Amino acid sequence: MTQSTTQLMNLPSCPNDAVDVHVIQRIVEEHNQTRGALIAVLEDIQAEYGYLPETALRTVAEATGRSLVDIYGVATFYRSFSLQPRGKSLISVCLGTACHVRGAPMVVEEFERQLGIRVGETTSDMAFSLETVNCLGACALGPIVAVDGHYFSKVDPAKVKSIIRKARLGLSPVEESVA
Amino acid sequence: MIELTINGVLVSVEKGATILEAAEFLGFPIPTLCHMEGLSPYGACRLCVVEIGEGPKAKLVSSCTYPAEAGLKVRTASTRVLRTRRMILELLLASCPQSKIIQDLASAHGIRRQRFKQEYEDCILCGRCVRMCEEQMMAKAIGFRGRGEKRSIGTPFDVQSDVCRLCGGCMYVCPACQLRCTYTEPEKAICGGCANLSPPCIEKDPYDDMLCYMSPCVACEITKTEMKIGV
Repeated sequence: MTQSTTQLMNLPSCPNDAVDVHVIQRIVEEHNQTRGALIAVLEDIQAEYGYLPETALRTVAEATGRSLVDIYGVATFYRSFSLQPRGKSLISVCLGTACHVRGAPMVVEEFERQLGIRVGETTSDMAFSLETVNCLGACALGPIVAVDGHYFSKVDPAKVKSIIRKARLGLSPVEESVA
Repeated sequence: MIELTINGVLVSVEKGATILEAAEFLGFPIPTLCHMEGLSPYGACRLCVVEIGEGPKAKLVSSCTYPAEAGLKVRTASTRVLRTRRMILELLLASCPQSKIIQDLASAHGIRRQRFKQEYEDCILCGRCVRMCEEQMMAKAIGFRGRGEKRSIGTPFDVQSDVCRLCGGCMYVCPACQLRCTYTEPEKAICGGCANLSPPCIEKDPYDDMLCYMSPCVACEITKTEMKIGV
């Protein structure tokens, strides 16, 4: 509970839940309303809005005939789901063991300083969200930073600025990120 | 009917019964917090551990979820079981030292020290309230949220649920929050007052606002008499 309140307090101005009920219903129908498809439904909603809006979860509950508690439980269980609006770019800093010993915590600090937010928060202009992940599976190239699916390898605090700059300009689909 | 041995006694129970039910039928009490008749077995509190099998293959299982099997040899109070149970109780006590139910169980199991940090939570995540709400009240207003150490029980989005009828069933079944045990020394981990029947307040300064579940309380009577006489 303490976590959710702190998150609420640090919320950037929330776009007033512009959720189209029909979009949610279409997503549910695409998955044939099967019980096992809940995670897939939530993933599609998150892909659509960048996070899971409250109205969307309520609509899913109605459309699938399941209770909101179940859906909320799944949505809060998995870390990849976010119930708070996230920025345009999602910066994931790997804090797995290999990245950790190679100085990833310093990279996280540098990101926090440069973006003016803490881990788990979103900048007020809704451009960036910062999160840490436990392993991105490329330990030999650590510390790894992933921005919207682009992997930056052997990152040190000095490279943080250029990563943010590149992300602001928009990353090309096949960015050569090994600096 | 299935025949199994519990603590050396041969017992036959109906198919589908759990070890816990079989043992209770036979009169071997097994302590439990998350089990409740009328609710589906959950196996959350682990307090009902029993030892099954023999020799090096013996293992600990939660009796509330383990179905009785033909020829099963169960021990409900072996040294290993009691040691494990004490450990679980000590951990539960660390998370909810204010629960009278847990304090009483701890006293009954001879726990005399607390090695862990007191957390003063109000919940042991046994899920009784969640199952009560779903299975008996047909509401599904509360459920588990989050994961790991952030796991909690409550309504979605922490707002009052549309399906909650304020029946109070969740509080009624809660083993952690329904009775508060407030010993004269709240910072002390283990109360033990009720179980060992030595009124903890008798050697303390007179106190007014403490809740006491001893009824009738010898200490209070003595204090009152003393005050009347004016000792």
